[in-house]
Amino acid sequence: MTYLAKPTLHHPNLPTNKLGFTHRDYEGSVSTLCAGCGHDSISAAIIQACFELDLPPHRVAKLSGIGCSSKTPTYFLGASHGFNSVHGRMPSVLTGANLANRDLIYLGVSGDGDSASIGLGQFAHSLRRGVNMVYIVENNGVYGLTKGQFSATADKGSKSKRGILNSDEPIDMISMAMNLGASFVARSFSGDKKQLVPLIKAAIQHRGAAFIDCVSPCVAFNNHIGSTKSFDYVREHNDAVNFLDVISGREPITTDYEPGTIQSVRQHDGSTLRLHKLAADYDARDRIAAMNFLQERQAAGEVVTGLLYVDPEAGDLHAYLNTVETPLNELDAVLVPGKAALDKINAGLR
Amino acid sequence: MKPTEIAVPDYFHKVVDCQWACPAHTPVPEYIRLIAAQRYGDAYMINWQSNVFPGILGRTCDRPCEPACRRGRVEEEPVAICRLKRVAADYKGDITARLPGRATERNGKRIALVGAGPASLTVARDLLPEGYEVVVYDADRRAGGMIRSQIPHFRLPEQVIDEEVGYILAMGVTPRFGERIDSMKALLTEDYDAIFVGSGAPRGRDLELPGRHEAAANIHIGIDWLSSVSFGHIEKIGRRVVVLGGGNTAMDCCRTSRRLGGEQVTVVVRSGFEEMKASPWEKEDAMHEDIPILNFMVPKEFVHANCRLVGVLFEKVKAERDEKGRRNLVPTGEADQLIECDDVLVAVGQENAFPWIEQDIGIAFDKWGMPIVDKETMQSTNPKVFFGGDAAFGPKNIIWAVAHGHEAAISIDKFCKGEDIRDRPRPIVNLTSQKMGIHEWSYDNDIVNDQRYKVPLKDKAIALKDIRVEVELGFDDKLAFKEAERCLNCDVQTVFSEPLCIECDACVDICPMDCITFTANGEEEDLRRRLTAPALNLTQEIYVSAPLKTGRIMAKDEDVCLHCGLCAERCPTGAWDMQRFILDMAHVGSQVGLACQNR
Repeated sequence: MTYLAKPTLHHPNLPTNKLGFTHRDYEGSVSTLCAGCGHDSISAAIIQACFELDLPPHRVAKLSGIGCSSKTPTYFLGASHGFNSVHGRMPSVLTGANLANRDLIYLGVSGDGDSASIGLGQFAHSLRRGVNMVYIVENNGVYGLTKGQFSATADKGSKSKRGILNSDEPIDMISMAMNLGASFVARSFSGDKKQLVPLIKAAIQHRGAAFIDCVSPCVAFNNHIGSTKSFDYVREHNDAVNFLDVISGREPITTDYEPGTIQSVRQHDGSTLRLHKLAADYDARDRIAAMNFLQERQAAGEVVTGLLYVDPEAGDLHAYLNTVETPLNELDAVLVPGKAALDKINAGLR
Repeated sequence: MKPTEIAVPDYFHKVVDCQWACPAHTPVPEYIRLIAAQRYGDAYMINWQSNVFPGILGRTCDRPCEPACRRGRVEEEPVAICRLKRVAADYKGDITARLPGRATERNGKRIALVGAGPASLTVARDLLPEGYEVVVYDADRRAGGMIRSQIPHFRLPEQVIDEEVGYILAMGVTPRFGERIDSMKALLTEDYDAIFVGSGAPRGRDLELPGRHEAAANIHIGIDWLSSVSFGHIEKIGRRVVVLGGGNTAMDCCRTSRRLGGEQVTVVVRSGFEEMKASPWEKEDAMHEDIPILNFMVPKEFVHANCRLVGVLFEKVKAERDEKGRRNLVPTGEADQLIECDDVLVAVGQENAFPWIEQDIGIAFDKWGMPIVDKETMQSTNPKVFFGGDAAFGPKNIIWAVAHGHEAAISIDKFCKGEDIRDRPRPIVNLTSQKMGIHEWSYDNDIVNDQRYKVPLKDKAIALKDIRVEVELGFDDKLAFKEAERCLNCDVQTVFSEPLCIECDACVDICPMDCITFTANGEEEDLRRRLTAPALNLTQEIYVSAPLKTGRIMAKDEDVCLHCGLCAERCPTGAWDMQRFILDMAHVGSQVGLACQNR
């Protein structure tokens, strides 16, 4: 970490987006995580994605739980709404916020401890309800804040920094997310922003529960030989099924690609995801096939990355519950009786 | 691109833009840090070692360092390097004990220096400690050359000249002041082992226009007039003055006139305002003293009546480009303008003049009447005779004269020892890590956003009354500290070590200027466009690493790097380090450079 704030001087020729912002305008305060932490790269990818999507920062709400990863919302989108919740409880708070005001873009940031251990139930139910959100798990397989114990996503047989082998089965959050009905499921790697940034953009544009499992090496406790979440291991075993272009609006799709190498998916908001296939017969629309493929490759020790599954027609919690479109705080006095009415009710209960 | 060879001294030297731009290569950030630490004496000595006249240059330097300053590329204005130099001189206290004294042993060699200006005095300073007998000739009775005769005292007080020239004289110069050299031939017959010509560019150019002779009594050549003022021979000028010319001499002329009775002083220039040769700050200073600068007016005639000057007639012109793209001044067709005045000062350029150097003594001249001088060794075609300063390549400025002096002194020393003068000693280069703790550096890496501070001026009413009152008050210690903090410490280099890098992107993410990119290698032109922020300033290098584990390379655009060290602070493996670059220019007597090189 550094004691210094990042200088506000910036490159004189920085590009600006449609709102006139540079990517520097999407930054937060300077990170206090360990130098080289993968989470900081994910923060930078979120900054880049929001910049490229021309998002007004006040339209975004970022929510998190407890842990190294859950600290990161402070380090990006400094001008957005934020809520740092109880350990593992981010999904419930996010669900509540989303129900109260569907106009914001919800960005849930969590870690493997926060989501795969204490918050596993919360994680599961927010996905199966189809809450319209981007749920990012910054997955390093280790409890960094408590000095390097295995987390629930650590692979069986992987070695800790102290030399101990992990004997527990790992929780595979990607497979769980697919099982639980997430309509956008992706895995990426903090060390590969070229893949990660378009995935975050696509997830933000997706309607429904979008889940990204992002492998993020812990440089302090899980970046050694024998770890399966280290920079070197992930780079060696990265099996990307595709990479992505996100095309906003209804731009014509050029067809100068080899047939069969591109899969185009039009999303609900009109944007198009152009998937450049790396695995020839991989179909990101086919959930069952995707799950089989995933199990097969994972058994072979590969880290499958890319946009693994997408259902562009998915609905979301609001559609299922048939809720009112207006945010609750903007409803008129009949439905929001105000403090006087509340006091009266409370008095009646005493 | 091939991996950058950072072991080549020029690579990191170029990154220190100010030092690279300075003809004497003064280590600017190093002395600015010392000023911030209130170590004024140390800051002064670094300057003195390198540029010999810190107090004088801190008031008068042409400052090639400032337009080069990186700060000017990342915000509005460069660091006020020149005026910080003056701070070192103003607050240094007594440093005489730190100066080299007289040589204890003579080496038996005698050198004659013609002219006692900055070039000659530099040669004297470099050679005296080596035991040379240095004889300095000058037509004036006091040493200093153009520093004393042409720079008005309201910009450079005499005691500053006396002090810094005095340091050198006290080292044991044999003065022959008040003696003009009229024949090089005669000088060559005397018993000198080498001769250095540092006689400047002493002839002011005249304007032969109609009326020049009739009105001669009120038409003066700028530099001659300035030196007469400087030596107290002239104390008055007419109420209305026209100054012709757009260089720094013209600015000195008009400001001097304002102090000698000139109430309506006008500068008239042929070219446009931007193209004027005067430094921007000198133009500002003149305008601050209510002197209008009129542009695109070409003098046609000195109008006179009854043997008295009436005024100057000007033709109005505009700039146009011809079909070859050359810029020409063409008449606008407007009526000529008469500016009435009592005196005219002609400051339209200076020329070299060597009527005292005979044609048959082996010193060759080119078709413009300039001696043929080797740019590196300063040697003329007569191996025994060396040139420097304005006398060598025409009018430049003090800092160039100093740089020439250093090179000439090295040549003279080698020549006298019978060594090959082409074998130049190399500067000593060193890189030292500044890391003190996990995020502690031995330099202040916190970037301040302060804009350039203005040097306080003396009240105009008081300044204009007395030609000896210095206009600029200089920074006080508080302002000096604030201005010094604006320096980006460009000499603390970002040094990258490939084997340590794990390609975690931490440096890319933290860099406030988007300088760093990890990408596939390519040709420079292609690579420059593919960087996070395209590197469009081709005068600045790209720092390229050898291939890393993923086959990519690290490419860093040096252009707008703040040297804040955040890349090194965020680096988990120490692949980035901040290392202070020290370049010790080789001067006479510093043989370490050679020794290291030969080892």
